[in-house]
Amino acid sequence: MPATTVKFYQTGTFTVGNRLLSIDQQSVQSEPDRSNALNCGHRACQGCGEALGARYAIDAAMRSSSRNLVAVNATGCLEVFSTPYPESSWQIAWLHSLFGNAAAVATGVAAAARVKGKSAVRVIAQGGDGGTTDIGMGCLSGMFERNDDVLYICYDNEAYMNTGVQRSSATPAGARTATTPAIGSVPGNEFGQGKSVPLIAMAHEIPYVATASVANLRDLEQKVEKAIVIGGARYIHIHVPCPLGWGSSSHDTIKLARLAVETGLFPLFEAEFGEITDRTVIRRKQPVEEYLKPQKRFAHLFRPKRDADRISMIQSLADHNIRRFKLEA
Amino acid sequence: MLRQIEGSRAVAESVALSRPEVICAYPITPQTHIVEALSELVRDGHIKPCEFINVESEFAALSVAIGSSAAGARSYTATASQGLLFMAEAVYNASGLGLPIVMTIGNRAIGAPINIWNDHSDSMSMRDSGWIQLHAETNQEAADLHIQAFRLAEELSCPVMVCMDGFILTHAYEQVDIPTQQQVDDFLPPFEPRQVLDPQHPMSIGAMVGPDAFLEVRYLSHNKQIRALERIPALNREFAAIFGRDSGGLLRTYRSEDAETIVVALGSVNGTIQEVVDQLREEGHLIGSVSLCSYRPFPTEAIREALEAARRVVVIDKSLAVGMGGILATDVQSALMGGVPFLYTVIAGLGGRTISQASLRDVFLKAEREELSDVTFLDLNQDLIARHFVRESKQRLSGPTAENLLRDITEIAARIG
Repeated sequence: MPATTVKFYQTGTFTVGNRLLSIDQQSVQSEPDRSNALNCGHRACQGCGEALGARYAIDAAMRSSSRNLVAVNATGCLEVFSTPYPESSWQIAWLHSLFGNAAAVATGVAAAARVKGKSAVRVIAQGGDGGTTDIGMGCLSGMFERNDDVLYICYDNEAYMNTGVQRSSATPAGARTATTPAIGSVPGNEFGQGKSVPLIAMAHEIPYVATASVANLRDLEQKVEKAIVIGGARYIHIHVPCPLGWGSSSHDTIKLARLAVETGLFPLFEAEFGEITDRTVIRRKQPVEEYLKPQKRFAHLFRPKRDADRISMIQSLADHNIRRFKLEA
Repeated sequence: MLRQIEGSRAVAESVALSRPEVICAYPITPQTHIVEALSELVRDGHIKPCEFINVESEFAALSVAIGSSAAGARSYTATASQGLLFMAEAVYNASGLGLPIVMTIGNRAIGAPINIWNDHSDSMSMRDSGWIQLHAETNQEAADLHIQAFRLAEELSCPVMVCMDGFILTHAYEQVDIPTQQQVDDFLPPFEPRQVLDPQHPMSIGAMVGPDAFLEVRYLSHNKQIRALERIPALNREFAAIFGRDSGGLLRTYRSEDAETIVVALGSVNGTIQEVVDQLREEGHLIGSVSLCSYRPFPTEAIREALEAARRVVVIDKSLAVGMGGILATDVQSALMGGVPFLYTVIAGLGGRTISQASLRDVFLKAEREELSDVTFLDLNQDLIARHFVRESKQRLSGPTAENLLRDITEIAARIG
């Protein structure tokens, strides 16, 4: 097995004090002069995984691009909570156009930068899972296929949270949402075939694809810092728990994100030109029940009686990921 | 330089002379020849620096233009019909953001039934989107209007659609005077937006606006178009001084000074109307016409002035507000405020139906005799419609109307079984 670089965290399993690390290994957030791209005062809920993910991702991109960054935002929570007119939490050049066109608008921004000779400008498009895996899919695939010079970041909280928690194509099997209510003989979301946008991105053979999690912020920062300087189309899919939509405690955001990784439900990996180049192995594998139980959206799997069949179906999805992405230590 | 070229090619060349920096292309008949020609002009270095981007849908085409325009690049795209509807959300977005994008519409009908031929349903569907809409009467005007459109869009920070009739103009070969680069450069300064997406001067564009300021934003959009009513004739005069010909403006009158009957229309059909006016004038009828170039903003004052002395107005509408009547006619009527005794709506040319001189002559004479009904469908096949009603009265079923009608036309019946 090839050697794996250990990424140190400030909290969690590989805990080490930030001051003990060399400068280049220190987190972006530990810098006193970090950009604070998404400033305080925004309207995100307590414990919002998306706000956390976006701040880390954009700050990392700011550092890596020497603050030469433009971001295009799809409609959604991130857009709404960050820019209630006449206020804005963004400390960067930022544009919101529509729900389903962030990738295309970013293509336009990148084209303008090129034609104006501003080759140092890096362009990010960002959106939630609805804006990415559903309504923005056409523009996203077009941007990938043309290999436009854009880093697209999807903050995946697994449903349309901004409109009140409706099902998206990223909603996991069995989960309750406002449009997949926990009633009837098969409560919650259908067990469909799933839709992995990271794998769809890889099928476009773009230069860089990665998944990341707010449970693993150093890893997230490093992936963004790596991605932002690569030329061509890049995609990072970040798993961001949503206390409101998931029915979880706001102090459990990181814990749930970590359990999603440790159960195998959300595999962390990197891919270049369509081939997986790295993955984060699971050190202490957890059964999916540990992940499901603290979330009200899965409560019907445990009450009034334990739904052993469907829990085992979810477990087999996790096991499949572990085999497929070779996540076992 | 005078050249015998296709309308689309003429438009492409005048867009090229306007030095666009980003062009987004997605094919849809009948505008395809424009973007094809532009792709060639970018590849062979005629337009530079310029990014030509082949996108995956019309929605993406205008979205890319939104991004590039917001980042400070002069941006252009072209579409028609279903394509314009597919990008509808972005059409409103571009004007709401105040981005001076120029877009050609090769006017075409909207399905179902699918139809590739000309009428004005497509651009009419976007008449309230906040874009300026200019209609070309000839290919020379289509070419010239694009140069004016970039100037107008950038002065007002408002997107402009240049509408040209699909096939009738886009695919017609005729003589067009293609200006020199120097002439265009003298008329059209480089694009210098007052705000751009610039990492050195970060700002947030496209924030959510609630009830506290939304009305004001919309009012300002309206106000821009009201200002355009002054800028359009002014630019036309400036254009004439440099290029030596009159193109654009709010409207043009034709032999209407002493006319009792005045015909109003948008676009290329004005050529046919003027022929009929000439014939009827020779026969002693007091008839004239008005070719409307600026549909949005709607030149209410100028229309009133042009029509107020008339006894009757006939509006040739190449679009239909289903369940209501004419779209252009409604606007003309509201401009006149009842000041003209008779206003007739003639729905004509839908889905490319030929508008013949004979048919126009017939309705104009009927109008003159004040025998025309309020809303007339020019050359409507009454027999076909009557047979449809008979069938419908026998068996009331939901289902596609078009197949029913086509099956009724015997020579086609053999083919579709």
